[in-house]
Amino acid sequence: MRVRRFGALVGAGVALSLALSACGSDTEKTEAKSVAQKAKDDKKLTIGIKYDQPSLGLKKPDGTFDGFDVDVARYVAKELGVPESGVTFKEARSENRESFLQGGQVDLVFATYSITEARKQQVGFGGPYYVAHQDTMVRANDNGIKKAEDLKGKRLCRAAGSNSFRRVTEGPPDGKLAVKGVKLVDASSYSDCAAKLKAGALDAVSTDDLILAGFASQQKGSFKVINAPFTDEKYGIGIKKGDKETCEAVNKAVTKMYSDGTAKTLLDKHFSGTGLKPTTTVPQFEGCA
Amino acid sequence: MEQLLDLLDFGPFFDHFDTILEGFWATIRLAAAAAVLSLIIGTVLAAFRVSPIPVLRAVGTVYVNVLRNTPLTLVLLMCSLGLNDTLALTFSSDANTSYYWWAVLGLSGYTGAFVGESLRSGINTVPLGQAEAARSIGLTFSQSLRMIILPQAFRAVIAPLGSVFIAMIKNTTVAIAASYAEIATQMKSLVDLPSFASGTIPLFIGVAVGFMILTLPAGFFSGWLAKRMAVAR
Repeated sequence: MRVRRFGALVGAGVALSLALSACGSDTEKTEAKSVAQKAKDDKKLTIGIKYDQPSLGLKKPDGTFDGFDVDVARYVAKELGVPESGVTFKEARSENRESFLQGGQVDLVFATYSITEARKQQVGFGGPYYVAHQDTMVRANDNGIKKAEDLKGKRLCRAAGSNSFRRVTEGPPDGKLAVKGVKLVDASSYSDCAAKLKAGALDAVSTDDLILAGFASQQKGSFKVINAPFTDEKYGIGIKKGDKETCEAVNKAVTKMYSDGTAKTLLDKHFSGTGLKPTTTVPQFEGCA
Repeated sequence: MEQLLDLLDFGPFFDHFDTILEGFWATIRLAAAAAVLSLIIGTVLAAFRVSPIPVLRAVGTVYVNVLRNTPLTLVLLMCSLGLNDTLALTFSSDANTSYYWWAVLGLSGYTGAFVGESLRSGINTVPLGQAEAARSIGLTFSQSLRMIILPQAFRAVIAPLGSVFIAMIKNTTVAIAASYAEIATQMKSLVDLPSFASGTIPLFIGVAVGFMILTLPAGFFSGWLAKRMAVAR
């Protein structure tokens, strides 16, 4: 009896999910408009950002959002015709960025989202709106490390969920410099890396200069960024694959952001006093395919 | 439908199979060392808590209540950031070896509190007459504990200890708080790899299955052993 009831339950579940998926495809057909079109019509956008990246995308305890990514997202949304009140921010983590864009849970992603060939197979990219460079941060009184190659034999931080360390220790495809003899020390996040660096438990933290600058400005006098960049990290605007209209619209917005001086204002606002010399000219666009 | 197929595409999972195995090996090393050490800590704690000396009883009670009621992440963070980094209490000049032992110590200290409490409940299953008989033939407290009480108590709590160890194996996933990278950390890095664009869900499923391969036998073994070693009274 019990088995039969269970079977019926499973059957009902399957039928329901089939019905739902049928619905899903229906709405998809009627809602074939692009994100840019949707923004213009509804005055609403859902944007995926990081919640835990100081100076880039941060959710503060009072529930407001702060950071360079957040401000760029608001600017681009405004250019697409959406006022600040119409923008809903949602956390886009590395785990769910692609599926969020594909499933339409978010319309755009501004989340230190580097443009890579593998990701281009899954989603589309507008921009880049900024080209960050991987750099290295050491203790303010440490003069032994002047370039990334000096990390040989030193203790480098490996933050959980980040692959920046690979660009120092490994060669392509995921790495770059392939410096030998680097001692990797694990940490739960870049904040943890900074705490360990300060305590002397490691010698260097290497990742995107914008992220490092955030820490250097948070704890002035403890750290310095050595200013020896060795990669280009193209921060793209994640959009649904094939949405060419939106891609062109956001690129136009980014161009305007640089030409009217907003980009410089925002970079100054978030990174002044960190020793970082941000690029204030329009990055080379990838093109909308 | 396409998403359903995406769910079953384990290609990316097997592309990085080496990294995943490495991660699980790190998990096993941590769990195995913590199992041994937490058993020792738990036994000592249980002995403290039933001892006739009030100071030892108090120490046991305070330890169990503090460790059992503190989040494991905080215990581990205290070990790595507080003791290792700030106070420079290191086990070895090699940073990763040092963090490994702090992770083992933190996890064992935490799990030991649970083991101790399980064991104490096992001691309560031994009839009082046994302790009285032991005393009447002239055994001291530690002798009667060692030869009469604990052997019976252990046999009574094999099954609940199995649950404690299964929980411990899964608790290893927060070891990154002690700067020790195991499978959960490896998985997190894989997802963010520049060349990794799809297959997050198969990766999660694969890691979940990996954990079941570790925990299911632990459960079956403790169940089997509990049955075999049951005290017939």
